[in-house]
Amino acid sequence: MRTALLFLATVGLLALVPLGVSGYVIGLLTFAWYFGVFAMSWDLLFGYAGEVNFGPTFLIGLGAYGAGMLNTLLGWPVPACVLGGAGIAVVGGLLLAVPALRLSGPYFGLVTLVAVLMLQQGVTIGARWTGGEIGLALDDVLSIDERVNYWVALAFLGVSGLVLLAYSRSPAGLILQACGQDRVQAGALGFNVAKHKVAAFCLSALFSGLSGAMLVFYYGTVSPGTVVDIAVGVQVIIAAVLGGRRTIVGAVIGATFLVVAGEQLRPLGQLATFVVSAVALAAILFFPDGILGVLRRIRRQ
Amino acid sequence: MSLLAVEGLEKRYGGLVAVRGMRFSVAAGEILGLIGPNGSGKSTVMKLIMGIERPNAGRVVLDGQDVTGWPSHRIARRGVGLVFQHSRPLARQTVLENIELALLPDSLVRLAGARHLRDRAEAIAHRCGLGAVLHRRPGTLPFADLRRMEMAKAVARDPQVVLVDEPFAGLTSGEVAEISALIAGFRAEGRAVLLVDHNVKSVAALVDRALAMYLGERIAEGTAAEVMAHPRVREVYLGSGSMTRADRAPPAVQAGPPLLEVEGLGVQYGKAQALEGVGLRVSKGECVSVVGLNGAGKTTLFNAICGLVPYAGQVRWDGVPLAGRTAASIARDGIAQCPETRELFGDMTVQENLQLGGNHLATTDRTRQLAWLHGLFPILQDRAGQRARTLSGGEQQMLAIARALMMQPRLLILDEPTLGLAPVILEQISHALDVLRTTTPITVLLGEQNVTFALPHADRVYVLEHARIVWEGPPDRFAQEAGAGLL
Repeated sequence: MRTALLFLATVGLLALVPLGVSGYVIGLLTFAWYFGVFAMSWDLLFGYAGEVNFGPTFLIGLGAYGAGMLNTLLGWPVPACVLGGAGIAVVGGLLLAVPALRLSGPYFGLVTLVAVLMLQQGVTIGARWTGGEIGLALDDVLSIDERVNYWVALAFLGVSGLVLLAYSRSPAGLILQACGQDRVQAGALGFNVAKHKVAAFCLSALFSGLSGAMLVFYYGTVSPGTVVDIAVGVQVIIAAVLGGRRTIVGAVIGATFLVVAGEQLRPLGQLATFVVSAVALAAILFFPDGILGVLRRIRRQ
Repeated sequence: MSLLAVEGLEKRYGGLVAVRGMRFSVAAGEILGLIGPNGSGKSTVMKLIMGIERPNAGRVVLDGQDVTGWPSHRIARRGVGLVFQHSRPLARQTVLENIELALLPDSLVRLAGARHLRDRAEAIAHRCGLGAVLHRRPGTLPFADLRRMEMAKAVARDPQVVLVDEPFAGLTSGEVAEISALIAGFRAEGRAVLLVDHNVKSVAALVDRALAMYLGERIAEGTAAEVMAHPRVREVYLGSGSMTRADRAPPAVQAGPPLLEVEGLGVQYGKAQALEGVGLRVSKGECVSVVGLNGAGKTTLFNAICGLVPYAGQVRWDGVPLAGRTAASIARDGIAQCPETRELFGDMTVQENLQLGGNHLATTDRTRQLAWLHGLFPILQDRAGQRARTLSGGEQQMLAIARALMMQPRLLILDEPTLGLAPVILEQISHALDVLRTTTPITVLLGEQNVTFALPHADRVYVLEHARIVWEGPPDRFAQEAGAGLL
């Protein structure tokens, strides 16, 4: 409860940011908020359901391309495209999760990894509709006002964060954690483990898909390099782990850190990615509880 | 009227038959003890009842309803609770929240807790003796309280049938009494209790009836006293018949430090004391047996010597302390363990397993060692190209011993080499040990539950019981001085 209030208060404060900074910073943070939702959705699976999804961009990409193609091919209005894209992500996620969750351990992760590669190939093969590797320019955008874009992204982050926090802290979330930690015992306590994990996967797909769909309408384009590439998925995973596993809000902190740090180090050129990755690696090795874990420890002392 | 009935239950894993023709029933208000040494299949029986594994044949009947093949969450809701020996409780939640979890309905949309659940969880916690630690996290609890929490979770849904897996492992005698009282309480509440344990003695006072298992089959059923006195049970636990002893004078005690010296050894697993103040000496060329029931601490002792678990106290090898050394460097120094679980490389062939054992040897030495081992265990030559996991249990055991010997160790540690093996295999392994004793300078440390197997192969015997050495002496004095108290 206190975490949720703190989260809301922070989101409220962040809403004031556009009044005092440049358009460039606003744009950067707008992307960070969508990226934060990717990371939170991933943490729901990793931290609570105990499943490592190596292909977050499968869900994100489905939402992004689904929404984009509904717009360019069928000319649907933006809200319908966003919802449609999210729906496609959930359906795709279900089709993947139901068979994949029967596997255990690293095999689930491998299946999700293969799914990303398949999506990437699918985009290339269907270049006539998807724009292939170059990408697709959309007919509509969310808004041409950068502040409006910022506030939409922040509001979306706030709502997603609250829903995911509420779910993870609810009795259903407790059962999900139990399923993730010891599936045999969870079953013996009367919980249908598959049901809870599939539900978590759907919720994760829903928010990943929504976020992907909104992101492409913010950019006005959709391309494999921004929403499907494995490297994007790796960034999402790093953000969630860096922020703090099994916390939901930690993922947002990690995502913001990655985006802002990557930008601050841009003058270093190619070296920037290397430095950020090295920092992330060090943090994961020495502070496995992530940024949020370190903050909590400091407060306790 | 029985609440739980099992008929003709069978479970196979590939070619291995884990459980066969199992049948028993448990009535309301009754405790049935399911007894058997490690690997006898008793845990598999429990998993089959709970629906964690599916049987290949047979039926599980709950209060008149056939539940065979149901998934475990449905069996749980039908009224079965399982007390796990090891589990991973929710570390960030309190004891009370962990118990509350067990009370939650299996719902995806239930987003708010309920007051009455908390009250019920509290009542259950108090009944299980957790009143003082309600708001602590599991990680801060002593071992016995964790066990209580598992009990509380298992009975939270008020099951008619409670399955309890080795509830006394790792507990002190005072804690054993408290947990026993708790289980007796389940019986008083009219539940049917199935108590699984490897040790007849520890559950004798608690159970109404006992059923002994060995190699997946039932071998005796009756009161605890009847089962303990049953000749088959005594044979399974203590071994049978007469093993011929290879005639050899015990090696002369040599001057200087013993080859292996263990002093004040203590090992803790989390909060469980697995070994306490254990002392042991093995001289060069000696064959020393460590005898004790499953769970006494034999494997832990061997793992400590081999540097596989952290310990307090001293382990000296040739007079030099081994503390702080890695397992690999200790092994290269001449201590080879053949573990109870064998740890073969299952996907590799017999030949490849042996070659890995002799990886550090020069080619000619390796060939010579291999030829010698093929003489010792001829079957391994016939099976050279076969994958290790497809071998029978006896063949696997021979391969494990041979692989350890490929390392040309100075000390060979054998942990329960007879576990779950048929008598004919036992004779072959016994013969191999005799050959080792009479024709090689290898020192042997043999951990056994099977006393009949251990004594003929020992120059000296230690008895390990509940983490401590309780007797030490020559094998011919064992029967009079220590034999009676063992089972």
